[in-house]
Amino acid sequence: MLKKLFALFLTFAKVGVMTFGGGYAMLPILQREVVEKKGWVTEEELADYFAIGQCTPGVIAVNTATFVGQKLAGVAGGIVATLGVVFPPLVIISALAEVITRYAHLPWVQHAFAGIRVCVCVLIFNAVLKLGRSAIKDVCGWVIFAAVLGASLFLNLSPVLYVLAAGVAGAVIGAVRGRRTA
Amino acid sequence: MNYLTLFFEFFKTGLFAVGGGMATLPFLYDMAERHPDWFTGGEIADMLAVSESTPGPIGVNMATFAGYKAGGIGGAVVATLGLIVPSVIVILLVALFLKSFRNNPVVESVFYGLRPASSAMIAAAGLTVVGSTLVHFGNPGWSFFDWKALLLAAALLVLTRWVKPTKKLHPILFILASAVVGVVFSF
Repeated sequence: MLKKLFALFLTFAKVGVMTFGGGYAMLPILQREVVEKKGWVTEEELADYFAIGQCTPGVIAVNTATFVGQKLAGVAGGIVATLGVVFPPLVIISALAEVITRYAHLPWVQHAFAGIRVCVCVLIFNAVLKLGRSAIKDVCGWVIFAAVLGASLFLNLSPVLYVLAAGVAGAVIGAVRGRRTA
Repeated sequence: MNYLTLFFEFFKTGLFAVGGGMATLPFLYDMAERHPDWFTGGEIADMLAVSESTPGPIGVNMATFAGYKAGGIGGAVVATLGLIVPSVIVILLVALFLKSFRNNPVVESVFYGLRPASSAMIAAAGLTVVGSTLVHFGNPGWSFFDWKALLLAAALLVLTRWVKPTKKLHPILFILASAVVGVVFSF
C-alpha cells in the first residue's frame, strides 16, 4: 500500500512538472504516464475523469489527479496524488516569487512586466473565446453571460454570488424546458 | 496576515471557481480588493504571466504565488492547500456516485448555467487587465489609448489567432517576446 502511494505521488509530481500552461496541456501527459506506462486507468476512464474535472469546482488538473488516485488507492490515494501534482509548482513558484519580488523595483524588470501584461490581455481574450464557444449554446446562455459580465464590471459583489445565481438559473431553465418537452 | 483567513479565502476559491485555472481570476481580484495588504489587483496580471510560464497547473501556480505575496512560504503552502481541499472533497464524493452524477439532468442544467457565468467572470477579469494596460482612464482625447501597448496587443492577437505557423506555439513564447518588446521599447 505504501509503495503504491509512493508511486502515485512520484507519477503525479512528474505530471505536475511536465504540465506547462494549465489543465488542458495535462491530458496528453496523463495519457502517457497513467494509461500507457502504468496502466492504472483506461483511456475511457481518464476521459470521463477529465470531463467531470472540467465541470466540477476547482483546478482541472487537481480534480483529475484526485480521481485517478482514489480509483487506485481509495481516499488516501486521492489525497496523495493531489499532493503530488501541487508539490513541484509549490517549490518552483515560491522560489520564483522571492526572486521576482526582490528585483521588482528595477526599471527594466518593470518594462518587461508592462510588456507581459499586454500579452496577458490577449491570452485571457483567447481563453474566453475558447471557453465561451463550448459554454454558451443558445440565447439563455448569452443572457447569463451578459448579466454576469455586467454585474462583475459594475457591481461590487462576491463572485460566489454569481456562481450560485447562475447555477440556480441553469436549474430553473432546465426544469422549465423539461416540463415543456414532457 | 492571518493564515486562517488566507486558507478560508482560497478554500472559497477552490469551491466556487468552475472551469479551470483562469476561473480563479475573479476571486483573486475580489481578494485584492478586500485584503490590500496581501497583494494588489495590478500584481495579479504579473502572477498570471508567471503562472503560464512555469510548470504546474495555472490555478495552483497562481494560488501559490498569491499566497507567497500574502505571507511568504507559509502563505504559499496555506493558500495552495486551501485551494485544493474543496476539490479533493468534492471529487471523492462525486467518485462515490460517478454514474448517477454524469447522467443527472439537474446536475447538467446547473452546469448549463454555470459555464456562461464562468466565461463572463473571466472576461470581466480580462477587461480589468485591459483597463490597466491598454488605456489610461482620465486622459483626454487620443492620449486615452496607450498606442504602444495597443500595437503590441494587435500584433499578438494576429499571431495567436490567425497566423498558422505561430498560433499553435506555447503561450510562454509570446510572454517572453512581450517581455523583450517591453524592455526594448520601454513600456
